[in-house]
Amino acid sequence: MVTRGFTGRPPKADVAARLPPGQYLTEDFPVLQLGPTPRVTEETWSFTLRDGPRPLKSWTWAEFARLPHTRWKGDIHCVTKWSKFDTAWEGVSFDDILADVGIEPPTDFTLFEGFDDYTTNVPVADLRGGRAMVATSYEGKPIPPDHGGPARLLVPHLYFWKSPKWVKGLRFTRKDEGGFWELRGYHMYGDPWREQRFTGD
Amino acid sequence: MAADRVPWRKARIGAITPVTPRVKSVRFTGLDGTHRAGQHVELRLTAPDGYQAQRSYSIASAPGDADGLELMIEGLTGGEVSSYFADIAEVGDEVELRGPIGGSFVWSPEDGGPVLLIGGGSGVVPLLSMLRARAETGSETPMLLIYSVREAAEAILREELEARARDEPGFDLTLLTTREGATAGRRVDRVMIETALDHIGKPRHVFVCGGNAFVGTVSDLLVDAGVKPGAIRTERFGG
Repeated sequence: MVTRGFTGRPPKADVAARLPPGQYLTEDFPVLQLGPTPRVTEETWSFTLRDGPRPLKSWTWAEFARLPHTRWKGDIHCVTKWSKFDTAWEGVSFDDILADVGIEPPTDFTLFEGFDDYTTNVPVADLRGGRAMVATSYEGKPIPPDHGGPARLLVPHLYFWKSPKWVKGLRFTRKDEGGFWELRGYHMYGDPWREQRFTGD
Repeated sequence: MAADRVPWRKARIGAITPVTPRVKSVRFTGLDGTHRAGQHVELRLTAPDGYQAQRSYSIASAPGDADGLELMIEGLTGGEVSSYFADIAEVGDEVELRGPIGGSFVWSPEDGGPVLLIGGGSGVVPLLSMLRARAETGSETPMLLIYSVREAAEAILREELEARARDEPGFDLTLLTTREGATAGRRVDRVMIETALDHIGKPRHVFVCGGNAFVGTVSDLLVDAGVKPGAIRTERFGG
């Protein structure tokens, strides 16, 4: 449906090619979160991997820092429509976390948890092969608290609500269980290139 | 509680009314259904060449308002959607609308209180919907709004807010002007938060909406003042 009188300002072709449908490019880094920034420091942070309720392994900040580190640079896409290009992150890949525990994933699904009790689900297949990390640095510096520091998940090929801030652990689940937003009308998978914003998209 | 698919719908502009020098109230009609106070909708505009722009806007009207769904659209310099509403849109035009959306920054009278609302600039819009929802249902839930603007002329629907504070039992308004009047130079601070908490008691729900720095500062002050983090819901624009 053409909107009378609207022409808009389409982005240049090179930008447009990198923007998933319905997104626009932003230069700043908007902050979205449910509530206050939880008070988590490197001293109080830890990360726990669990199979259902059963803990498999936990790492303190110092222990986590000794795991192999991975760098990733690329574009991120928020369901609220902004995309940001060429963001640079460093952290520990899901593959290296699993290798440190020495196990194969016990199920096909995970639910990540943040220190603010936020949760979100990501299939195991989307975490492996270098596609996800627990990031501990952004643009070469510690991640600022309002962007999820000291550590956040990074699953950049999905909408950014799938990359929870202040991540404290992940739980392997038998079924694909929705997290906070997925239970409130947002899409279970969240692929920006298929514009999977809401249930049924 | 997964929702059904959220379709794009045609919405007709029923009224456009300036509410401050920079902000227009835009009413949309022809929409079925209702919303929860605090939710937002998405608008989609389409150019003749097929190019589309989408943006999210908080809903200002009360759920079920017979005059239609009201959004407050700010004429942001250079914004392709906001400039369409500032310069081109007229009553009778149609745009596409999707929603309502959002299940976190929401309040209904049955959620109870006391409720503390803190808004900066156009961050007052979803809070306005909550106030209106409270009034529509005759709720007497204690509610207090701290509304911070640079100048009084920038306050959205100031007369309505002041009339509600005067006429509606249990609702109080603290209007803070940070660049003029007796409060010039002041920001929402510890004393103001503590005064508000003393006045309405321990809040069951706190909603904070505004720019990023405002929301960050205010929510830290709330936690420092002893409000449980889980009671505080935040929303930032520019996001």
